[in-house]
Amino acid sequence: MTGERRERSTDDHRRDRTRRTRHRSAGPPMTEQKARETPVRPTGRRPDGGRARRALRDQRPLLLLIAVTLVLIVVSLGIGRYLVDPITVVQVLTGQVIRLPVTWLPEQQAVILDVRLPRILAALLVGAALSASGSAYQAMFRNPLVSPEILGVAAGSGFGASAAILAGLSTTPLQVLSFAGGLLAAVLAVAIGRVVGRGSLIILVLGGIVVGAMFNALISATQYFANPETTLPEITFWLFGSLARATMSGLVVPAVIVGSCLAALHLVRWPLTVLAAGEDEARTLGVDRRLVWTVVIGASTLMTATVVSIAGIIGWVGLVVPHLARFMVGPAFNRLLPAATVLGGAYVLAVDDIARSVTSLDLPLGILTALIGAPFFVALLAKAGRQWL
Amino acid sequence: MAVMAQTPETGTPPNVEITGLNFAYARGGHRLDDVSLTVHRAQVCCLLGPNGTGKTTLLRCLLGLLKPERGQVRVAGRDVSTLSPRELARLVAYVPQTTTTPFPFTTLEIVVMGRTPHLSLVRTPSAADRREALAQLDRLGIAALAERPFSLLSGGERQLALLARALVQQAPVLLLDEPTAALDYGNETRILQTIGGLAREGRSVLMTTHQPAHALAHAHHVALMRGGTVVAQGPPSEVVTGERLSSLYGVGIHVARVTLPGSAGHTVATCLPIPQDDSG
Repeated sequence: MTGERRERSTDDHRRDRTRRTRHRSAGPPMTEQKARETPVRPTGRRPDGGRARRALRDQRPLLLLIAVTLVLIVVSLGIGRYLVDPITVVQVLTGQVIRLPVTWLPEQQAVILDVRLPRILAALLVGAALSASGSAYQAMFRNPLVSPEILGVAAGSGFGASAAILAGLSTTPLQVLSFAGGLLAAVLAVAIGRVVGRGSLIILVLGGIVVGAMFNALISATQYFANPETTLPEITFWLFGSLARATMSGLVVPAVIVGSCLAALHLVRWPLTVLAAGEDEARTLGVDRRLVWTVVIGASTLMTATVVSIAGIIGWVGLVVPHLARFMVGPAFNRLLPAATVLGGAYVLAVDDIARSVTSLDLPLGILTALIGAPFFVALLAKAGRQWL
Repeated sequence: MAVMAQTPETGTPPNVEITGLNFAYARGGHRLDDVSLTVHRAQVCCLLGPNGTGKTTLLRCLLGLLKPERGQVRVAGRDVSTLSPRELARLVAYVPQTTTTPFPFTTLEIVVMGRTPHLSLVRTPSAADRREALAQLDRLGIAALAERPFSLLSGGERQLALLARALVQQAPVLLLDEPTAALDYGNETRILQTIGGLAREGRSVLMTTHQPAHALAHAHHVALMRGGTVVAQGPPSEVVTGERLSSLYGVGIHVARVTLPGSAGHTVATCLPIPQDDSG
């Protein structure tokens, strides 16, 4: 540096040129901006008030999402062919917890609590589970285009349900068989990944695609052999996806499974964040990637199979909602998981409101999530997609 | 404050001992053949060699990303094959040439990830961890990039950020894969001086480079690699000679000693290509 400065002082013309070059390329990046910002952005000591404010700022999108979801729940309980105003809805709900003078009609209470509440809780559960597993898979595969169906779980669950319908089983065995079909698909995909790919994520994805295609073929086979008057329409409608079948008692086990899986994902939220930034990097930072993979695949498979077993195949939620959530809170999985969970619940609830109230028919939810999700996804691609390519 | 401490904890002198390391990829490609190398505490060791001689492969063996067929790697006296990824990450920090993620992580988020091996398994980084990350960004002169998306940084800015992440990791051994490859001249000098400072603080630094001049100016120990073996190693003044460089790279190279004007006879060694006409 000393030599360079000495040389420059000997020649005016050259000094100018050198200075320009120095200015452009030799200085540390962003020197001027840094000089401006350093006093504003203290790096060593941040006052504790700032830390609390930062924590609140970090949580603001999540709190907003929760508030919007609560409002949406109240509205959803009121809308439908039998309208109930939101104040009555709140009164009925409050009346279940504390003793209130009964100002509402018995049929209002019956519609809210017996007809709509199970379906609304099912919507929240389905959306939360699909979005959480979609976010986890996208982080784990470091690919924003994967969805919870990636390992063929939805197809496996669909086949389990179709086979159960073909065999004339009732609801509970149908759900068990559907759940088992989803688990079987994931186990097959993981086995292909391990045996053929020796732990390669790409082979795991390809294994999932193969298994999904195989189970889709098996679904077609059940439809081919089904009775066109009775079981064929039943299988077809089941596969479209719907929350109309939801009952309070039928939601208990799924809620426990989904809750446990969300908790498991919460435990690996930081290692999964590091893994999302790069696989080799994560290993050199001490992340046990196999442990994280196991937790993510296990939790996502259980959740997806559960959801399909109660609601049929509801596509696009696990693909689109993680992107929306990432838009709001960033890609770090510790913030993404709660945001995607809440947003996913609200999203499926809103779509299901449309499904059951826009026409006198109960439109299949799976068709609507795809019809709404696909153009929505294109809009997201247009806005954020450049970063992935 | 414990996190702010720059010097690794004292105790056994942290160093790297590679003995008789052999490695081959299953489908051919770069391989290592009987590589032995020692990096002492508070020293910078440079790996020099043409493209495809196994420099990066050697680093990846040290990091446990590749499993050597034979031979042993000891870091701070411990056999790395017996360490968990977490234990290894507390001993060895790695600066890759670059990294890409499809997600819009901020630079600060990427740098904070360096704290991962020190976090209890189910926790996320604390405010203190973020402050430490900001402090290291500041040390490298890129604090202003903290909130910028990492994927939108230039190659050089990314390298600086990845070095900051390795510093946040506070490991006694630092492995750098061509740390100056994407840097402009000013940042290159800044990084090399930072690396020298890290060694003086007591860390062992093992870096690959394509610039023999870096080895001459900043290394305590140099290993020349060719075809997966170390062909010569020792202090730079003995190892990095015009003859050896010329045969290593297959082009005529001259090592010159320049006395800096006005610096009381301080000389630096650097290398220059010999013009084609004279080389024959």
